[in-house]
Amino acid sequence: MSQPVLSVRRIEKSFGGIKAVRGVSFDVHKGEILGLIGPNGSGKSTLFNCILGQLEPDAGQVHVNGRDVSGLRPSKLNRLGVGRTFQQLAVFPQMSVFDNIVLAGQEHRGTMLSRLFGPSDARLTADAERMISFFRLNHLRGTLAGSLSYGQQKLLDAAMAFMAGPALVLLDEPAGGVNLTMLAHLRERLAAYNAEHGTTFVVIEHNMEFVMSLCTRVIVLAEGAVIAEGTPDEIRSNQTVIDAYLGG
Amino acid sequence: MNAWLRRVLILVLIALAIGAPLGQGNYIIYVMTSWLIFSIAAMGLNLTLGYAGQISLAQASFMAIGAYTTALLTLSGWHWLAAMPLGVLACFVVGFGLGYPALRVKGHFLAFVTLAFNTLVFLVLRNEEWLTGGTYGLVGIPRPTFGLFSTMRSLPFYYFTLMVTIIAALAMWGIVRSPWGRAFRALRENPIRAESLGVDTRRITLLAFAIGSMYGGLAGALIASLVQFIEPGSFGLAHSLRILLMVAVGGAGYFFGPFLGAGVVILLPEILRFTEGYYLIIYAVLVIVMLIFVPSGMIGIWGRIRDRFIARPVARADLQQGAQLK
Repeated sequence: MSQPVLSVRRIEKSFGGIKAVRGVSFDVHKGEILGLIGPNGSGKSTLFNCILGQLEPDAGQVHVNGRDVSGLRPSKLNRLGVGRTFQQLAVFPQMSVFDNIVLAGQEHRGTMLSRLFGPSDARLTADAERMISFFRLNHLRGTLAGSLSYGQQKLLDAAMAFMAGPALVLLDEPAGGVNLTMLAHLRERLAAYNAEHGTTFVVIEHNMEFVMSLCTRVIVLAEGAVIAEGTPDEIRSNQTVIDAYLGG
Repeated sequence: MNAWLRRVLILVLIALAIGAPLGQGNYIIYVMTSWLIFSIAAMGLNLTLGYAGQISLAQASFMAIGAYTTALLTLSGWHWLAAMPLGVLACFVVGFGLGYPALRVKGHFLAFVTLAFNTLVFLVLRNEEWLTGGTYGLVGIPRPTFGLFSTMRSLPFYYFTLMVTIIAALAMWGIVRSPWGRAFRALRENPIRAESLGVDTRRITLLAFAIGSMYGGLAGALIASLVQFIEPGSFGLAHSLRILLMVAVGGAGYFFGPFLGAGVVILLPEILRFTEGYYLIIYAVLVIVMLIFVPSGMIGIWGRIRDRFIARPVARADLQQGAQLK
């Protein structure tokens, strides 16, 4: 099999006396959409933040396309082609939708000096328009991001994560708080982006319908450890998973 | 405001700035020159605080570094045009260094760090007499001459300062409109999200301090030549607070805010002098009332008037932005 896009090896993280993540390992290959599910407090977000450099793991390594990225700052990780969305709203509210999108791509263009002396849009207008159009935000192009609805901000957050053309995107509860119509739209856009660009996704989500319809493989965490792994159909019928969710 | 209207307004303001001192006495021209110089210092703090969201109570100390460097060099025979860049460069380097605490502490704690720095600079200026003249300061600082154009008289020096202000404002306009400006605003609004999008928030924080400090240094280089005498008391904490007041009153994070703010803080007390002993009381009350009712500064007054007639979307207060991990 080809080299995995993301390889997580024996990640451990404790907060005081509580072990949030216990030696989690998994690989994600190009074009895969991996779902990471588990009950509240199972360590999903902690694991995400360890992978993305927001938290420093106590042990373990993270490799992206074969390169050890353990301990790298999030900005450096992003420049290596790793995008992310956040569980809570994470747009720049006082900037327009267009500026949010351009910001998400500008650090990947040119040098520090060219970004000072070059054009204001960092020559990203065409790319930004394409991304705005892809996520069907055209009518909101010049609107302040902070004035959008919750669902629209979630959509913008996703568009920002994809703007730099990442090889891997980690989505932290993209469906959280989004209404059913917007959710269907978001799911359809994510699937379309994956099909068009072959981008690899790792998705943390509580909405089972969303995960099962979008992901090609699912890993289940409970109490900081992997308890099951398989296709959505296999996970649905796995008794250990059912017990973990129901507290059995 | 559309681009065409903005250009016309800027041209009108420049024309007013050119015409206003004609026929005025030396004192009025001195006050107007001070307004321009403090506008430059406030422009720098506006970048650090208004655009990048990093509090600083040390802008007067950068004016001091710029002023003393320029004064010492011009007194030893250097031309202002050669001395000023060194003062500005010194501020860039020191400002870059002052930015490091901002990587570790935020808000009130950062304010105290910068306050301590301001006090440190004041003490160095006061105690290192062999270099700075101590409490006696430096006197007889020359004003620049460019061929036949001498700035020794107040009106030519005003026009010289106006030209420097316009160049500094154009450079600032270029910075805030560039991708750097977008990165500064991203740092202010959500540093963790900015970092996750590839913005090197450490470097941007340091640059926000360094560039803001450069403007302080430039203002210092001009004030040294305007007053032709400098002493440590002119760059104490009270002056840093005054520059902070200019940014807050004008409108932090708005390009024209510093000009308005410096105008209010410098010109209003002069205008209110006819009230004799009450002018400082009236001035203080006016500032307090304005900051309570229009916390976004004088630019915010224009925004409120515009919103009455033209409906436009604003950022919602009911949706909390997240990604505040650290």
